Amino acid sequence: MSYDTIQFQVQDGVATLTLNRPESLNSFNTTMHGEIRDALKQVRQDGSIRCLLLTGAGRGFCAGQDLNDRAVAPGEAMPDLSLSIKQNYNPLVRSLMTLDKPVICAVNGVAAGAGANIALACDIVLAARSASFIQGFSKIGLIPDSGGTWTLPRLVGRARAMGMAMLSGKLSAEQAADWGLIWQVVDDDRLLEEARSLATHLATQPTKGLALTKRAINAAGGNSLEQQLELECDLQYIAGCSHDYREGVAAFIAKRPAEFKGE
Amino acid sequence: MTAYRDILVDPPRNGVQLIRLNRPEAHNALRSALLGELADALAAATADEQIRVVLLSGSDKVFAAGADIKEMAALDAVGLWKDRRPQYWQAIRGFPKPLIAAVNGFCLGGGLELAMHADCIIAGEDARFGQPEINLGIIPGAGGTQRLVRSVGKSLAMKLILSGEFIGTREALAAGLVAEVTQPELTLKRATALAETMAEKSPIALRLAKEAILASFETPLSQGLELERKAFLFLAASADRREGIEAFLEKRPPQFKGQ
Repeated sequence: MSYDTIQFQVQDGVATLTLNRPESLNSFNTTMHGEIRDALKQVRQDGSIRCLLLTGAGRGFCAGQDLNDRAVAPGEAMPDLSLSIKQNYNPLVRSLMTLDKPVICAVNGVAAGAGANIALACDIVLAARSASFIQGFSKIGLIPDSGGTWTLPRLVGRARAMGMAMLSGKLSAEQAADWGLIWQVVDDDRLLEEARSLATHLATQPTKGLALTKRAINAAGGNSLEQQLELECDLQYIAGCSHDYREGVAAFIAKRPAEFKGE
Repeated sequence: MTAYRDILVDPPRNGVQLIRLNRPEAHNALRSALLGELADALAAATADEQIRVVLLSGSDKVFAAGADIKEMAALDAVGLWKDRRPQYWQAIRGFPKPLIAAVNGFCLGGGLELAMHADCIIAGEDARFGQPEINLGIIPGAGGTQRLVRSVGKSLAMKLILSGEFIGTREALAAGLVAEVTQPELTLKRATALAETMAEKSPIALRLAKEAILASFETPLSQGLELERKAFLFLAASADRREGIEAFLEKRPPQFKGQ
């Protein structure tokens, strides 16, 4: 299927979704949200897809909401920002966080506003050395959305989350990695290659087990230790019923490479 | 065993019979024929002494998305008057043994009303509950306005029925609509384990306990207490009570025979 504002390809079990409005740093507009929704539906439903890779075209990753759609003329009624959040941003964050396949994000350039927080909603975030993360919301009187106020304190702690959110400064990729905001920094010219090879690797791994791991880690923030231990117990039971667990153990005992099906 | 079209009836295991709603093409919409089959299967389960508990479930994605709207649209007032559906609901309501609903995915409209006919609901984390009838210009017609309010209280019942909005399992658990929430893959397993636990108990005691609890919705407290006392006394005449108490005193598991 062809889209206007994103590129979407499936190869070797990896779906690559590239935000593709390079002339405006891949900022979100309504069309792009609709196209992403459509592509993610395909990722969810197609069992042959076992990993999602999210990246941006051109020099930026994503500049967040396209503010050209958001200018408020004097005297005009104030926009209801909650509508777009409810219809577009929140469902996107939810579908990335609950997708039962690993999601890799290759941040190829600036990730600002919702763009930064969408990246942080992914499971493993790689960033080009020249990339940067900017909350940006405080500069226009808003609060970090798309999960930002939830994700940031969990990733970097309250002090740094407050600093990032209130000052909206530019955080370099290296600083982001030092703070534990992202998984890894990669040289610019190697980013896509690294991200692809990681995604291709994950697409051969026990997808069901990875999905359950993701469910457990994402639930941890809201659970007590007791609840989390119970959850681990339930999820491990489910994982233990999978084909891939059986295959993994058999391969280990036979000292041969495992052939996981993702089931 | 009778072959049905809209439901799958498994042979009983460990005293538990699983009945699965099976109209995947229609999200398990409860057409009249389905309810008739369900009423029939429950009548058979009532008569079968091997069956101590019945477990009701849908698919991974949907318990039941509601009544069959197309079928209902075809009925005018007289058609509805003559409709057999209320009889089927009554048969389901009158099932005397424990009935557990295992709910994954959507449980809406008639689907929620059916789940509320069960004695308790075990839900997968992804379950969604609602009474969206109002969106069609109608209201719940199989006990939704009555059972939901008794289950979750007035405010939440009004919100759900007047707005048509759905709630997830967190709210459903907090409100007391469901008894337990579990991982979606484990819903049936948990519900089965619970059903098997119940199936080990004295069938007479189960039946009287269920009757007494359901009577609490129909009677003032004083009458309910009286009914409870009579049921309690009635059980004193059962062999199962002697067995239960003896086994307890002898520190061994009881063997209930339903006598």
